[in-house]
Amino acid sequence: MTFLQQLINGIHVGSIYALIALGYTMVYGIIKLINFAHGDIIMMGAYITFVSLIMFNVPIWMAVIIAILICLISGILIERIAYKPLRNAPRISARITAIGVSLFIENLFFKIFGGNPRPFPVLIDPTPISLGSLQISMVTIVTIVVSILLMIALDLFVKKTKTGKAMRAVSEDHGAAQLMGINVNTTISITFAIGSMLAAVGGILYSTAYPQIDPFMGMMPGLKAFVAAVLGGIGIIPGAMLGGFIMGIAESFTKGYISSQLADAVVFGILILVLSLKPSGIFGKNVKEKV
Amino acid sequence: MLTVNGINVYYGAIHAIKDVSFHVGDGEIVTLIGANGAGKTTILHTISGLLRTKTGEIKFLDNPINKVEPHEILKMGIAHVPEGRRIFSQMTVLENLQMGAYTRNNKEETNNMIEMVFEKFPRLKERVNQLAGTMSGGEQQMLAIGRALMSKPKLLLMDEPSMGLAPILVQEIFNIIQEINAAGTTILLVEQNANMALSIANRAYVLETGKVVLEGNAKELLGDENVRKAYLG
Ligand SMILES: Nc1ncnc2c1ncn2[C@@H]1O[C@H](COP(=O)(O)OP(=O)(O)OP(=O)(O)O)[C@@H](O)[C@H]1O
Ligand SMILES: [Mg+2]
Repeated sequence: MTFLQQLINGIHVGSIYALIALGYTMVYGIIKLINFAHGDIIMMGAYITFVSLIMFNVPIWMAVIIAILICLISGILIERIAYKPLRNAPRISARITAIGVSLFIENLFFKIFGGNPRPFPVLIDPTPISLGSLQISMVTIVTIVVSILLMIALDLFVKKTKTGKAMRAVSEDHGAAQLMGINVNTTISITFAIGSMLAAVGGILYSTAYPQIDPFMGMMPGLKAFVAAVLGGIGIIPGAMLGGFIMGIAESFTKGYISSQLADAVVFGILILVLSLKPSGIFGKNVKEKV
Repeated sequence: MLTVNGINVYYGAIHAIKDVSFHVGDGEIVTLIGANGAGKTTILHTISGLLRTKTGEIKFLDNPINKVEPHEILKMGIAHVPEGRRIFSQMTVLENLQMGAYTRNNKEETNNMIEMVFEKFPRLKERVNQLAGTMSGGEQQMLAIGRALMSKPKLLLMDEPSMGLAPILVQEIFNIIQEINAAGTTILLVEQNANMALSIANRAYVLETGKVVLEGNAKELLGDENVRKAYLG
């Protein structure tokens, strides 16, 4: 396969990692928590789409909207029920709780749907279109376009809107934000809602690219997206986007030129390399801890 | 305007504020002075709702506020210039001011307030799109004050606004505090710079390890031999 072909494949998966990475980074930015359950929202997005289409025969657009809404509400509920009571507890308690929430969701879906992988329905025609020696499918085009549009929308939202600015203010200083009259709880809920929404879309696009779903399917893309967020500088939105694309492209090139088995190793190798050169990630500032 | 009645505040097992009572009348400048760790910041945080009283009551304009959420307290008319400024360093000067007007939904009014803040602090206007964290300490303090004014507070809480500033800037900040007060805002000022604080305040309370140990007319305290020895060096 040609260089350009590998690059396009890399951007395809990379844009999915970027969407998912945004949720990790935004949540970390606002409550300094690695939300381990975020990867499971990917799986929920895929399963809810699957159930809506197969069991309830709704149109595709409606299945997608239902999946997004349920994931969005789940994200808010996870924060309210599991994380909010621990907001002033030691960091480690919330971290362990996040792992617990993740295991709970995975096993809940395992209980309901069983562990057998199921084929994900075809949402977009996967037949590749040939452009000279290039093979591009509608799946790739839709994934990249949707992801980039969502990222632009998020960027504008965070930079320009009042709620977006409040999110940045809360990320910097909860107390000072409250003194401005910002409702910190609402702002945190909105952050979880947006992150979960992006993860739902990411999950649907991921299942469209790799059309087989199981209750533990969120782990690998979740982990890679998390690595992408750390790579770009955790808490920094453009960092998550760049990190996602780097991960996707590195994975695609390794698969194409070296070996498929090595892809994951190379991807994590890049993480170790970047962090040893710049521990706060590509866009991270080496800020001094406030005393 | 503000009545604090026998409040007790704890940090876990630490009893930080012990039976403190004081009041701030409409239009006054009242100052709380005391050494490091006396409990001044704790009291201001409790008024703003960031900390809770264990017992006692705080009333603002005759409404109890000690169980009200911080964002609601701001809406009732209390703004707070926190210790150490706590401006949003990754946001621009303009965005910081907009955050100060977060609870106001009238865009035109917000823009008018921004103009008013710029008139008071022309240096902020020159730096409108600069990231707040890259400004000097004095400029950041001006921004913190301007940001608090954006909500048009009836009562302004100020926690050590002179901290870390050169003497000439300290004088400027104190002049501005008097201007803000003259324009109709009541002020509760916390200071370690007791000399300056007493010279502009109407009344003062002296705090020692969480208790009010002395209160009175600011000018009288300024002349009091014991106060001079203990707090004015
Ligand atoms: N988060 C906290 N946890 C435990 N104790 C605290 C906390 N914050 C303050 N204290 C304690 O409460 C007491 C009052 O502190 P506070 O910050 O209110 O003092 P202050 O008068 O504002 O001092 P300064 O002039 O140094 O700002 C001190 O003994 C302090 O150690
Ligand atoms: Mg203090």
